[in-house]
Amino acid sequence: MSTPSDDVLLDIHRRMVRIRTFETEAGRMAEAGKIPGALHLYVGEEAVAAGVMVHLSNEDWITSTHRGHGHLIAKGGEFDRMFAELFGRATGYCRGKGGSMHISNMDLGMLGANGIVGAGPPIAVGAAFSTKYRKTDRVAVTFFGDGASNEGSFHEAANMAALYKLPVIFVCENNGYGEYTPQAKHQAIVDVADRASGYGMPGVVVDGMDAMAVYEAADAAIERARAGDGPTLLECKTYRFFDHVGVRGMGLTYRTDEELAEWQKRDPIHLFEARLAELGVLSKDDAVAIHEEVLAEVRAGIEFAEASPTPDPDTLLDDVYA
Amino acid sequence: MAEAEQRELTYVDAIIEGARTILLEQDNAFIAGEDVGGAGGVFGSYRGLLEEFGPERVVDTPISEEGIVGLGVGAAATGLRPVIDIMFMDFMGECMDEIANQMAKMRYMFGGSAKLPVTVVTMSGGGRNLAAQHSQSLEAWLCHLPGLKVVAPSTPYDAKGLLIAASRDDNPVFTVMNKMSLANRGAVPEESYEVPIGKANVVREGEDLTIITYSRMVSESLTAAEALAQDGVEAEVIDLRSLQPMDTDTVIESVAKTHRAVVVHEAVRFGGLGGEIASQIQELAFDELDAPVSRVGAPFSPVPFSAVLEQTYLPNADKIVAESRSLIGA
Ligand SMILES: Cc1ncc(C[n+]2csc(CCOP(=O)(O)OP(=O)(O)O)c2C)c(N)n1
Ligand SMILES: [Mg+2]
Repeated sequence: MSTPSDDVLLDIHRRMVRIRTFETEAGRMAEAGKIPGALHLYVGEEAVAAGVMVHLSNEDWITSTHRGHGHLIAKGGEFDRMFAELFGRATGYCRGKGGSMHISNMDLGMLGANGIVGAGPPIAVGAAFSTKYRKTDRVAVTFFGDGASNEGSFHEAANMAALYKLPVIFVCENNGYGEYTPQAKHQAIVDVADRASGYGMPGVVVDGMDAMAVYEAADAAIERARAGDGPTLLECKTYRFFDHVGVRGMGLTYRTDEELAEWQKRDPIHLFEARLAELGVLSKDDAVAIHEEVLAEVRAGIEFAEASPTPDPDTLLDDVYA
Repeated sequence: MAEAEQRELTYVDAIIEGARTILLEQDNAFIAGEDVGGAGGVFGSYRGLLEEFGPERVVDTPISEEGIVGLGVGAAATGLRPVIDIMFMDFMGECMDEIANQMAKMRYMFGGSAKLPVTVVTMSGGGRNLAAQHSQSLEAWLCHLPGLKVVAPSTPYDAKGLLIAASRDDNPVFTVMNKMSLANRGAVPEESYEVPIGKANVVREGEDLTIITYSRMVSESLTAAEALAQDGVEAEVIDLRSLQPMDTDTVIESVAKTHRAVVVHEAVRFGGLGGEIASQIQELAFDELDAPVSRVGAPFSPVPFSAVLEQTYLPNADKIVAESRSLIGA
């Protein structure tokens, strides 16, 4: 396996910062009442999306979850059209019809966030079948949560992917909770990766707060898939810093402040910045400059969204059929 | 009326009280679903029940809808009285085999030897910008399945009473709640009571036309009826409450009086219950009709996210008024 070049390291870093900044501001916008509906934010889990997506091109497919903004950003999603979608504007990626839970971009190889938990894996199997059928070396990566690993759809998809040796990477974002239920109360195992052996594919556990570790594990899994050796289940242990929905959620006490603080000590962006400083790739000042630059871009995205028109009611029936 | 009977509850608190009554009255009843215990339900509709009844009777499940409904089927067939929560009605897609091929048919297929006293509680409807997979009204899927009963309460009173009736019924009953109605207030008696399944409620009397509706569209229809009254048109409004079985007698009786009918539901118009109801009216009361039965329902599209589009999409009082006026020829 190759050690990542400085450029790749900086690329991973920037993807993480882009997600963090977008999500933080999106949370603010939701709290200000500017984003309607449900918003599931990805803050804390950035290393997973960034460490995987840096290996992919627009021809590789991903399926996402209800917590999907981070995946789209890491895949190249643009802030202006993303905010426009969250605001329900005609200029959004889905013309205001999808919103946060269905945000997607086919040109970027992003087969949508999803309102149905566990819906992604079977679709990724279909996308991988398609890339194999068309004799390309493209892969499909499906992101799903610890909670989603209890849906039958995940199990059927895992079996089929292994059976047909399809180029699928199952990336479980294990943040320890499905909504308000801790993992220990929704499954009798600790490592979702254990489920891989039941389907005949390798299962790997990775520190999902360590972008480098995710990068390396994803590299191996994606290479394996591209080489025609079939799927891998990659479990990334991570944590969401915000509540299940929005920033503060419904105010339920289902996890402790201490637990959150423990995980925040291992903030994936801080960890990675320390690592890059150690390697002499990114100075503190450079990091600050990147955060500021991205924040300016996020603000411009919000302005674009706010200035954009709402959809014409006459478009209601457009795109029900081709 | 005695003071106690005047007590008001919200729709969501009426669901809690109904569920609590079930657990108090029936030792064999339990509740199972995603986040129904520790979190008290994502809509708050089971708040406090885990604390009162413990984890054997208020069961937090994995995110496994097929498993959850199967749990209800198997437990009901073997002597328990499960109350199963499917958080959003849209998630029925995950468990439709357990619903359609197992729960609905087991008794019939077994020649009457099995009994399935299972209640399913679920949430329907749009209006909260939750987009295409969290806003649907899919009751027609259920009403098409022989073996199931389906109720759709519009008020706190009916939510509690129908939930209790559902749990006492020896058949599978879906109680389709509405997520826009959760904060609505209304009188709810403290004691245990049933709203009979299969009995409609005439919520407004009128001579000029009959509006047949259920769930959240009842309040929209009542608003529409007030607007029509300004023009001297008196609408009778029927809250079906129970969709399967349906109280066709009450509908026909009303149409025989008003000679005009409009069916209103939030669900997509094509293939919705409105078609069935219109058809029954013309079969049973053709001679009474002064005009074809008309329908108000959602257009043929998924529920859109953007507020502008969603408000365009959803049926409302204005659309009911417009449809009623054209029916009257006013
Ligand atoms: C089929 C289905 N069941 C239930 C839900 C409600 N729901 C939305 S997110 C969620 C929790 C998902 O947990 P997990 O897969 O671990 O993802 P996380 O939210 O932790 O990222 C649930 C139960 C849903 N959207 N779809
Ligand atoms: Mg989770």
